[in-house]
Amino acid sequence: MTMMTAPPKQTFRVGMLIHDTRYRSLTIQIVVLSAAMLMAAWLINNTIQNLAVLGKPISFGFLSSAAQYDINQMLVSYTNQDTHLRAAFVGLLNTLLVAVLGCALATVLGVLIGVLRLSKNWLVARLMTAYVEIFRNVPVLLWIVFAMAILIETLPTPRDFRGEEATASMLLGDSIAITNRGVYIPEPLFSRSLGDLPLPGAVAISLDLVAILALLAGGLAASAAIRRRAERIQNATGKRPATWHLRLGVIVLPQAALLAALGFHLGYPELRGFNFQGGIHLRNSLLALWLALSFYTAAFIAEIVRAGILAIDRGQTEAAAALGLRPGRIMRLVILPQALRVIIPPLISQYLNLTKNSSLAIAVGYMDITGTLGGITLNQTGRELECVLLLMLVYLAISLIISAVMNWYNARVRLVER
Amino acid sequence: MKYSVFLGALTGAGLAAGAVAAGTLDDVKARGKVNCGTNTGLVGFAAPDANGEWQGFDVALCRAVAAAVLGDHSAVEFVSTTGRTRFTALASGEIDLLVRNTTWTFTRDVDLKFTFVGVNYYDGQGFMVPKSLGVTSAKELDGATICIQTGTTTELNLADFFRTNNISYEPVPIETNAEGQQQYLAGACDAYTTDISGLAATRATFEDPTAHVILPEIVSKEPLGPLVRHGDDEWADVVRWTLFALIAAEEYGVTSANIDELVANPASNPEISRLLGTEGDLGPMLGLSVDWAVKAIKAGGNYGELFEKFIGQNTPIGLPRGLNAQWTDGGLLYAPPFR
Repeated sequence: MTMMTAPPKQTFRVGMLIHDTRYRSLTIQIVVLSAAMLMAAWLINNTIQNLAVLGKPISFGFLSSAAQYDINQMLVSYTNQDTHLRAAFVGLLNTLLVAVLGCALATVLGVLIGVLRLSKNWLVARLMTAYVEIFRNVPVLLWIVFAMAILIETLPTPRDFRGEEATASMLLGDSIAITNRGVYIPEPLFSRSLGDLPLPGAVAISLDLVAILALLAGGLAASAAIRRRAERIQNATGKRPATWHLRLGVIVLPQAALLAALGFHLGYPELRGFNFQGGIHLRNSLLALWLALSFYTAAFIAEIVRAGILAIDRGQTEAAAALGLRPGRIMRLVILPQALRVIIPPLISQYLNLTKNSSLAIAVGYMDITGTLGGITLNQTGRELECVLLLMLVYLAISLIISAVMNWYNARVRLVER
Repeated sequence: MKYSVFLGALTGAGLAAGAVAAGTLDDVKARGKVNCGTNTGLVGFAAPDANGEWQGFDVALCRAVAAAVLGDHSAVEFVSTTGRTRFTALASGEIDLLVRNTTWTFTRDVDLKFTFVGVNYYDGQGFMVPKSLGVTSAKELDGATICIQTGTTTELNLADFFRTNNISYEPVPIETNAEGQQQYLAGACDAYTTDISGLAATRATFEDPTAHVILPEIVSKEPLGPLVRHGDDEWADVVRWTLFALIAAEEYGVTSANIDELVANPASNPEISRLLGTEGDLGPMLGLSVDWAVKAIKAGGNYGELFEKFIGQNTPIGLPRGLNAQWTDGGLLYAPPFR
């Protein structure tokens, strides 16, 4: 007969918190966490105390006082009598504008260059390699300043367009003027405009634009329906009916009708006084920032695209070729859709980088949110901490939104596992 | 155990950091150097010369303060600041005083928590345009593109001027004077606006200064002066009275040339004697040596000497004394009595 002996009862000792592997990791985590929190609390407390000693307690009241400065590029109405908050909003829209334009151009260029870099054509492939190496190995700030210097120093001033012996002239039948103050292009105007739709926050959206976009969305939906029908027919009969004229028609015809109804015409820029008046003025600062950010980021995107394509097994290309697909279609229908799975996640970081790099705008005097809220407002009100905090929150929010959208897209193109 | 040591060190650091607020004069003496904020480069006021030495009218005041406090006019660490970074640099304690063509305004004095200790140059905002533009008045600048240094009072004055005259303009914000110069000369802006002294200084560096005119309108009052952090009155007094010493020296005819003689043979004028420390003890009241003002004046000369040397009629900048003459000559310079 054996006797069951109860296992020796271990009493808990404080020393076990460090010596016992069961508790050690927990102990360390708690200590480090409290240390981090203490550190943060001390920093915050110290800041608040020092500001109080200086007589500048944290306050956001300055946002509602008049800004008193002018901004050259405004996507919404703004005068120097508007508030600092409004000025910050104007800056935010400028940031978003250059970020959206930049991401779009960088993606187009990046995909093109990434694909061409894999070209069998020796010259094309080497040229693209050179592009990538040159652009990604020079700091983006230098590209921005360089682009600005080129625009300012090489292009003609508006004065050169004037007089009998004008040394510069407008392009495309006097519709586009390229000057060292920016590019002036014709603007769309409507003689029978629908007016503006006022939104809360003194923002107005042109109803013309809303109508055009709504019709465009409708046209695209109709076009997609026609494509699905063509696919059904192809699946059933093996023959794909020609649909391009129908698909083009449902998009273009309603648009043309709407534009005619609205009295669409172009407003051309013309030289009056010191500057060109009328038309859309794409300022040097916007162009320099946009081009430099796009070209720089495109080099990274090209590498991402190349890596994504190389990640697809060569067997895929061979199999598609065996089915009789032409190289262009192989790339478009077989390789790229699979490569996207590899491309999207690093692409998100590039979009985020581009957006954050747009805060270098001040180098060329582009009035983004860093220039308005983090620049002039900060300087004129002396509210450094508040402005920088707000600025950080804004960039954080923009970045998180971009991430969320891109993650959603990533989830859509992900390999569906069966 | 280790952590408690770490936390203890943190607390100690926290206490040390809390005590940084006051006593700039003691800090400067302990450091043996004055940290002076100046322009990034404005010929005549603050710019490095061919040897890399900072020279200029504003720089000279920094040197005078260093001479008065430390007895050595070269004991200055120059920190170049832009219109945007200058106030942060001063508020954070990176610099002890800011002498950078900075306009004395209500909000800067009261809301930004600085103390302007005086005015070393009475200025006003103007516009510079190429002669070929054919503009004779700022009111003809309707629709013009105007380069402007961002983060300055000129930015607000410009907005006010065009609003009150009901004309439009396109601002091109720039960060430094050099950038403004580049854009202006390339024709990317029709006009360049800043304080008239700054325009004159900038124009002096052009290849052909005569091809540019400064328009007659003066659209603002710009009293430019040195400033220090609010709440450190001892230090503010030192800077204020160093400036006044330079101004008073000109009024009483004390120059860097005759000052040694005046110290050796105290003159009949008791005001001069008190200024030079041969009578009374004004220096120790400031926490400085008896001959503080002698050192300050010898650093570069009195106010008038500095003016003529760096920005006066005989320099490329060629500014007239104008408002910056002594009160005895119909100007605004007026130093309170030294007693």
